[in-house]
Amino acid sequence: MYDTIIIGAGMSGLAAGIRLAHFDQRVCILERHYTIGGLNSFYRMGGRDFDVGLHAMTNFARKGTRRGPLAKLIRQLRFNWEDFALAEQIGSSIRFPGVSLDFGNDIELLQSEIAREFPDCVDGFAKLCESLLDYDDLAGDDPNFNQSARAVLEQLIPQPLLREMLLCPLMWYGNAREDDMDFGQFCIMFRACYLEGFGRPFKGVRTILKNLVRKFRGLGGELKLRSGVSRIHVENGHAVGVVLDDGTEIAGRRILSSAGTVETLRLCDDITEVDVAKAGQLSFIESISILDVQPRDIGFDRTIVFYNDSETFHWRRPEQGLCDVRTGVVCSPNNYRYDAADGTLPDGVIRITTLADHDRWCALPEPAYRAEKVAQYESAVQSAVRFMPDFRRHIIDTDVFTPKTIRRFTWHDNGAVYGAPEKRLDGTTHLDNLFLCGTDQGFVGIVGAILSGISMANRHCLVSAD
Amino acid sequence: MSPAEIRDEIIDILGDIAPDENLDDLVDDKNFRDQLELDSMDFLDIVMELRKRHRVQIPEEDYGHLASMQSTVNYLEPKMRDIVKA
Repeated sequence: MYDTIIIGAGMSGLAAGIRLAHFDQRVCILERHYTIGGLNSFYRMGGRDFDVGLHAMTNFARKGTRRGPLAKLIRQLRFNWEDFALAEQIGSSIRFPGVSLDFGNDIELLQSEIAREFPDCVDGFAKLCESLLDYDDLAGDDPNFNQSARAVLEQLIPQPLLREMLLCPLMWYGNAREDDMDFGQFCIMFRACYLEGFGRPFKGVRTILKNLVRKFRGLGGELKLRSGVSRIHVENGHAVGVVLDDGTEIAGRRILSSAGTVETLRLCDDITEVDVAKAGQLSFIESISILDVQPRDIGFDRTIVFYNDSETFHWRRPEQGLCDVRTGVVCSPNNYRYDAADGTLPDGVIRITTLADHDRWCALPEPAYRAEKVAQYESAVQSAVRFMPDFRRHIIDTDVFTPKTIRRFTWHDNGAVYGAPEKRLDGTTHLDNLFLCGTDQGFVGIVGAILSGISMANRHCLVSAD
Repeated sequence: MSPAEIRDEIIDILGDIAPDENLDDLVDDKNFRDQLELDSMDFLDIVMELRKRHRVQIPEEDYGHLASMQSTVNYLEPKMRDIVKA
C-alpha cells in the first residue's frame, strides 16, 4: 500500500514525488512511456543529443535570488542553484512584418525597444507592468484572473500591433486557450518571459530531469516505467488504487494524476462518459535542424525568435491543412551565455515550432505521415527564414515531431501541449482522494509544472495526510 | 530538549529550507516573515520537518504560533521537552 500513487513522470509528477518522499511517504510514480519527462524529454540519435519540449527555462533568476518561482522550487525541492546550472539567454526577438522588438532578461531592453517603435505606448506599457497580478495572487481566487487579456491590453496599449506582438511570445509559451488569454495566465507568462526571462542548462532538459529523478530515487521513491495506468479503481466515492495496462493492481491511499483532467476522469471506473469537448486544442509540430556551423557564424545570435507574418496574430488550431506556418518560434540552444568551462555545444542547432492539427496528423496512414513530416518541415523552415538568416544549405541532420508524437509521449487528448483551457486550479476532482497536477491544474512551462507538482503535493498530500 | 536546543533545531531546519539566508543575525522576538523571505510554503516546511525529525505534530490551527523564533520555541517547549537530543 502506497501513501501516494503519482500518475506520470513528467516535471510535475517528479516534483510532487520528491516532496512526498522527502517527508517519508511511500510514493510510486507510474509512467506509461519507456522514458521520463512527458512533454519535455531527450533522446540520442545518430550519435547526437536531442531535446524535445524545452526551448528555454522561463522565470530566470540569478543564484541567491530569494523571491520568485525559480527560488521557490529550488528551496522546496532542496536543490542547490548549481544543480540547474542555468546560463542566461543572449537575447530574443519578436518579429512581425516591418517591426522587430528585442528583449532579454532585463525589462529595460524591451521598454527601450517599445519607446523606439511605439513611442505613444510607453506610458501604457509602464501601467501594464504596474497592474500585473503578483504571483501570490495567482491561486485562482483573484476576480481579475479570468478577465480577457486582450480587453485589458486594449485599455492600456493604443497600438493594436504592439498588443499582438506582446501577446505572441506569451501565448506561444503558455496559453491553452485559442485566440485570447486569461489575464491571470497572461500575468504569469509576462513575468516568466519579460520580467524574469530565459535560461538553459548547458546540457539542456536532461540536466533538469536527471536531477529530479536522482533526488526522487535517493529519497526512496519508486519509479516504474512502461507502467501505464488503465484504470483508477473506485469504491464508494473513494479511489482505492490503480490497475496497470498489464492487469497489475496497485493500492494507494491517494492518487495524484498529471494525466490531464479529462484523461484522468476517463480512467476512473465510476465514470462512464467524459466531456471531451473540454480538452485542449492547441498542438505543435517541431523540427530540429542540425547545422554544420554555429548559428552565430551565419549571422544568427538570437536565443528565441517569435515570428508572425501579418499584423494579426492567429493563435488557434489550423483551420485547414496539417500546420499553420504563419506564426512560429525559432530557438537556438547555442545562443546562451554558457560558462567558459563548458565551451560551446558540439553542433549548431535550430529548432522551429509551428501550430499543427492533431486529428489530421493522426488520420494519416503511415507512408503519408512520413512524407508529410518532410513536406511540413520544409514549409516551416521556408516560413521561418523570412525572419532569420537562411540556414538551409548548412543542414546536416533533421528530426521532426508532430502532434502524434506529443500524444504518444504525454497521453494528452489532441496532443494538447498546454492542456485544457479551463484549469482546475485547486486540483480537486469528484473523488476525495484523487487530485490533479501538471498542465491541467495550473501553471505551464517547466518551472510552472514543477511548482504545480509541489503545490498540489503540499496542499493535498502533506497538510491533510495524517 | 531545552529551549536552547529547540532553538538550535529550528535554526538547523531554517538552514535547510532557506540556505541562502544569513541566520546569524536573526532577532528572536521579531517575525520570521519580516526578517527572512519566508512564505506559506516555507512555514509548511518547518511544520513538516519537525514532524519528520521529531514526530512532533502541529495542527493547522496552531501554525500561527510559528511567527517568530521566540513564539516558536515557547510553543514547542512542552511538546519537545521529553525528546532527547540526538
